[in-house]
Amino acid sequence: MAMKVFGQPMSTNVARVLVCLEEAGVKYEVVPVDFATAEHKSPEHTSRNPFGQVPALQDGDLVLFESRAISRYVLRKNSSELLKEGSLGDSARVDVWLEVESHHFDRPMAVIIYQCLVLPVYFGGKTDEKIVEENLETLRKTFRVYEDRLSRSTYLAGDFISLADLSHFPTAYYLLATPHAGMLDEFPRVKAWIDGMLARPAVIKVIEMMKASA
Amino acid sequence: MSPVKVFGRAISTNVARVLVCLEEVGADYELVSVDFLAGEQNSPEHVERNPFGKVPALQDGELVLFESRAIAKYVLRKYRTSEVDLLRESSISEAAMVDMWTEVEAQQYYPALSPVVYECIIFPVMRGVPTDQKVVDESLEKLRKVLGVYEAHLTKNRFLAGDFISFADLSHFPFTFYFMATPYASLFESYPHVKAWWEGLMSRPSIKKISANMPTKF
Repeated sequence: MAMKVFGQPMSTNVARVLVCLEEAGVKYEVVPVDFATAEHKSPEHTSRNPFGQVPALQDGDLVLFESRAISRYVLRKNSSELLKEGSLGDSARVDVWLEVESHHFDRPMAVIIYQCLVLPVYFGGKTDEKIVEENLETLRKTFRVYEDRLSRSTYLAGDFISLADLSHFPTAYYLLATPHAGMLDEFPRVKAWIDGMLARPAVIKVIEMMKASA
Repeated sequence: MSPVKVFGRAISTNVARVLVCLEEVGADYELVSVDFLAGEQNSPEHVERNPFGKVPALQDGELVLFESRAIAKYVLRKYRTSEVDLLRESSISEAAMVDMWTEVEAQQYYPALSPVVYECIIFPVMRGVPTDQKVVDESLEKLRKVLGVYEAHLTKNRFLAGDFISFADLSHFPFTFYFMATPYASLFESYPHVKAWWEGLMSRPSIKKISANMPTKF
């Protein structure tokens, strides 16, 4: 039976899970959750994700939420090399950079995406440039670390691509859609690393799904 | 095995997260202080270990790690025994539950609770900056919603990942400990199963030992 992913592909957290499903070659079905009608707050959806967010995943009797946990589950179940669980050191490095993605990249990026893309387009609101600038500064500090890291190894956790790298892709994709995509020119290795990910077949497929659901 | 080195101070929340795990597995470790007053966290030597200039970092032979939740998982994996298995990685469904509630701590609980700790304790004590009550009030409102979810869950489950204690539970310790030293500790009284779960955590030998080095009065 195919796994079910609840949520729309345009959501970065849903896209994170979808790219893992694609990379692992797993059969799955996307079940949309309609935010416009507050379906994410419905009893049916909150029984899957008690925080009323997306994604949720159903695999037989197992129901999971939190995209990074779902991603690990999908990859682990399919013995994916994207987790490196056969090596204590390599798996630890994957964990390290997945934490970095969550705390040092996603946090400022979520604000930037909201201010630059979500607020004007979906709520007819005005971008707060001061907030954007503060978060761009935080993002620059993060990218300085990444630029250095990527001078020492091909990918974040080592010379192998992992969940740590791919976890960045949905948010990085949206960065390119903001007026601030040009900041990547200050970080050539980071830019090349992102471009490399966006060229992966699994990523290309998920981007098509993200565009279709927007 | 030779002792691992943990860089940071015992009073630091994220250092304590790692130390509790080392205690749970009974590993040998050495705590190497990082002097924040002298700006040691930004020294080239420390930045080589933790490029964001934060604590903790961990050194185990050639391996150097940072990010407390990643370090903790490494420790729990390396020193796992049949008696002490806090990640449950040999069971794919149990591991998924542990991962999920570990993420919940990081993505839902910590963002709601930690600003209260920062505003009431860390900023006033470390930077002489007064409490921003607006931030505190907004955070408490978020925290009530989060605790509502935890209460429903812990009514049906003894621990977060199921009927077994795991890293998901332990990961909540450091920031909650300091929250209990703020004027808002009584918030937990409204969530009896959460309160009981917290008291259970505080009774664990590892947590008693590590919290003994963390102040409760400021």
